[in-house]
Amino acid sequence: MTLEVVTFWGLAVLLIGSALSVVLTKNLFHSVLWLALSLTATAGIFLALEAEFLAAVQLLLYAGGVVTIVVFAIVVTERLVGERITQTSRHIVTGVVLAGALLLAVLRFLRGADLPVERPVIGVEDVTRVLGKVLMTEFVLPFELLAVLLLVGLLGALYFARPED
Amino acid sequence: MPLHAYLTLAAILFSIGFFGVMTRRNTIGILLGIELMLNAVNINLVAFARFNADIVGMIFTAFTIPITVAEVALGLAIVILMFRMRRTAIADHLDILKG
Repeated sequence: MTLEVVTFWGLAVLLIGSALSVVLTKNLFHSVLWLALSLTATAGIFLALEAEFLAAVQLLLYAGGVVTIVVFAIVVTERLVGERITQTSRHIVTGVVLAGALLLAVLRFLRGADLPVERPVIGVEDVTRVLGKVLMTEFVLPFELLAVLLLVGLLGALYFARPED
Repeated sequence: MPLHAYLTLAAILFSIGFFGVMTRRNTIGILLGIELMLNAVNINLVAFARFNADIVGMIFTAFTIPITVAEVALGLAIVILMFRMRRTAIADHLDILKG
């Protein structure tokens, strides 16, 4: 077994285990912490795929930003209600059947698909450098639009969640 | 590892997230399920980009991650707003639009 195989299986077990905990844990707060672990494991997968920049973005924005926002929301809503929020699940059998059917359909399609086994060598030396260059030249318009979208989204969130006056 | 392995992992992750969206009653719990599904899609994008040695796929992921963050921020703002109005986080209780 090479290092890549060991890394992949370790990350896969971590990712699937934490993802299952996210959807099965009763305590909502623990659920968010498991989500942080699974997002970090995804950053590890990105590293295994030699996308260092995206791993960093994943850690900063997802594991850092999203988890913080969700924890904030839980604290605020618990303060509004004045009690601990527990969460229950319903229609578990239906959920298992539908999610299982979806998984089987995708896996069947994957088995028949003709996909590359070996990764080709990336022609460039530093992926992050090329990413930055392409982002600032070829994709500069979508990049700016993304900035506008983020601004509008956060302003909208602020407007919605503003204190009552 | 072949591309199959990464795609299978992403498919399993997507199904788990889908299960969470279907079964959770709490709105925040449903959002967490959506996060897992989006994450699976990101793994697919990066895996395809790497196995085709094409940087543009990674650019696509660099766009989807911030869009997801904006989506979560807005979604949670709506959750907090609904909490103020209805004092509940259970998705089934949010039936104001019902005729």
